[in-house]
Amino acid sequence: MLDQLFQFLVTGITIGSTYALVGLGFALIYNASDVVNFAQGEFVMLGAMTAIALLAAGLPLPLAAIGATLIAVLVGLLLERFAIEPALGASVVATIIITIGAAIFLRGIAMLLWGKDFHSLPAFSGDTPIRLGGATLLPQSLWVLGVTVALVALVRFFLDRTLLGKALLACSFNRAAAQLVGIDVRAMLRLAYGLSAGLGALAGILVAPITFSSYEAGVMLGLKGFSAAIVGGIGNPMGAVAGGLSLGVLESLGAGLISSGYKDAIAFLFVLMVLFFEPTGLFGHKTAERV
Amino acid sequence: MKTGFWKSLIGALLLLVGGLANGAEPIKIGSFLTVTGPASFLGDPELKTLQMYVEDLNAQGGVKGRKLELVHYDTGGKAQDAVSFVKRLIQSDKVDLIVGGTTSGDTLAVIQEVEKAGIPLISLAGGVEIVEPVKKWVFKTAHTDRMAAAKIFEDLRKRNLTKIALITGDGGFDKSGREQILKLAPQYGITVVADESYGNKDTDMTAQLTKIRGADTQAIINFGFGQAPAIVTKNIKQLGIALPLYQSHGVASKTFIDLAGDAAEGVRLPAAALVVAEQLPDTDPQKPVLLAYKKRYEAKHGPVSTFGGHAYDGLFIAVGAVQRAGDTDRAKVRDQIEKTQGFIGTAGVFNMSPEDHMGLTLDAFKMVEIRAGGWKIVE
Repeated sequence: MLDQLFQFLVTGITIGSTYALVGLGFALIYNASDVVNFAQGEFVMLGAMTAIALLAAGLPLPLAAIGATLIAVLVGLLLERFAIEPALGASVVATIIITIGAAIFLRGIAMLLWGKDFHSLPAFSGDTPIRLGGATLLPQSLWVLGVTVALVALVRFFLDRTLLGKALLACSFNRAAAQLVGIDVRAMLRLAYGLSAGLGALAGILVAPITFSSYEAGVMLGLKGFSAAIVGGIGNPMGAVAGGLSLGVLESLGAGLISSGYKDAIAFLFVLMVLFFEPTGLFGHKTAERV
Repeated sequence: MKTGFWKSLIGALLLLVGGLANGAEPIKIGSFLTVTGPASFLGDPELKTLQMYVEDLNAQGGVKGRKLELVHYDTGGKAQDAVSFVKRLIQSDKVDLIVGGTTSGDTLAVIQEVEKAGIPLISLAGGVEIVEPVKKWVFKTAHTDRMAAAKIFEDLRKRNLTKIALITGDGGFDKSGREQILKLAPQYGITVVADESYGNKDTDMTAQLTKIRGADTQAIINFGFGQAPAIVTKNIKQLGIALPLYQSHGVASKTFIDLAGDAAEGVRLPAAALVVAEQLPDTDPQKPVLLAYKKRYEAKHGPVSTFGGHAYDGLFIAVGAVQRAGDTDRAKVRDQIEKTQGFIGTAGVFNMSPEDHMGLTLDAFKMVEIRAGGWKIVE
């Protein structure tokens, strides 16, 4: 029983870290612009699919991964420049709808480019499972965990310790005031899109050997990442990470201990409970409208 | 007087032209398939097959001197869309018959419309409920999930395995397969000791499989299609479970082997003969049909799949029925479809009857094992 429980936890944390990475992307863009970017899941898909395509074109795996991340960043920047920036004065809802449109567009392009089949990426360091007491995990899971920890630490450092990061946060608190003290809001917006596209792509590349990828893979991951972000308090990057991990562990425990049929229901019930009792999320800052 | 003459001449000419056009009016074949969405890998080869052979038949002069016209809508796997597309096919496109319904969900949703309108429907989906109980206007060409379950149980019996664990997805195909397995198991003296499920878009099934690992079982059956069975297969290897694994005919495509990689070695599944066409003995009557379809499809679209084969069977059963009926009178065509005898298709030899609107027997399935990244007949 203890072995099983341990296995559920290992599984949950692995799935949870991918949700966390996707959630992190949501949080970054929300910070910079108050917009929920529904194309975030598509960045994840784009990273995975581009890496697979580059690998098939003959590039070695590390180069394919780096290349795919850069391409995704470029797509993120183009999206910001040609879809989001022209609508800078528009309402938040309008911008969100633009991101939904962008998501559908990216999905369509991916379908035309790579077809509707699922594709897989070889694992970075083999498929031989590692035994941990009674539980087993794939080397790839360690990659996912390790890179997630590193990226989270980097993002944290960037936001807390660098001027650029602080400028990005300033935009989230008050865009007008940020502009008044000389922060280039447009540049921050571009930075946020580029960064979250890169994060999403990396998440996609990391999980592709475990979960496979297809042109539609971003939809589900996007939804789960979004849930992670709101559980953690949207706009709080570390909250998104905590949200993702708790969502993953809950799903896995739910499937293992209660019933696999109710797995998603349990996870989403958790999301609802959090929103009910803590509408700003577990770690969201309490906002008060000032008159 | 003179204008009157010209008028009547033009009138006569118009009538003649109209009459000619009427004689050459195309045979309209309606179709609603899942070309996009999670089941797209089923619907996509089906549509390509239909388009390819309609073109071929037209190049050969059509059927009974009439060209074929394919009217197709993509349901995206949404049953409610399937219903509105079928209504459109019947009411505004006025098709003569319908080949389609990629998934059981799509097909079951439209049966009421089809029966009400009285139009022949040849479904390409697997669910046994489509033809059981028999519906007057509904036929199908794909193997049923019950046949797949029976085939797996026969193999289990040969290997003296009696305790199985079941893991299925949440789609219509998965659920229907699960039902058939649970229903048939007692007849074969098999106990289902674990019954787990997952969402078809889930990316990790180790939690469910960990429970199975803890249960007292001799084999695992996974019923599903798409990427989920490949993830299950990989997860089983990852957890170090060394039990025989059976998959359903839903994964009988090269994609599954590619996705699951090494983990797919030794997996057994019931598959249509198309998958192992080259390995069939030369005496097998299906072999030339299979090889011809394979060659034709692969020359144009890449690796063949059994699902495209179902569309081939559906189209040619329909064409055969129209030929025998002589015209496209719906009732006559329906009767002729029901009288299909000895039609050698890609799924097997079809012998339909008023009691059996599918006409395949268990022989249509071959038990295959994945060895060295390829299929091997193991019966």
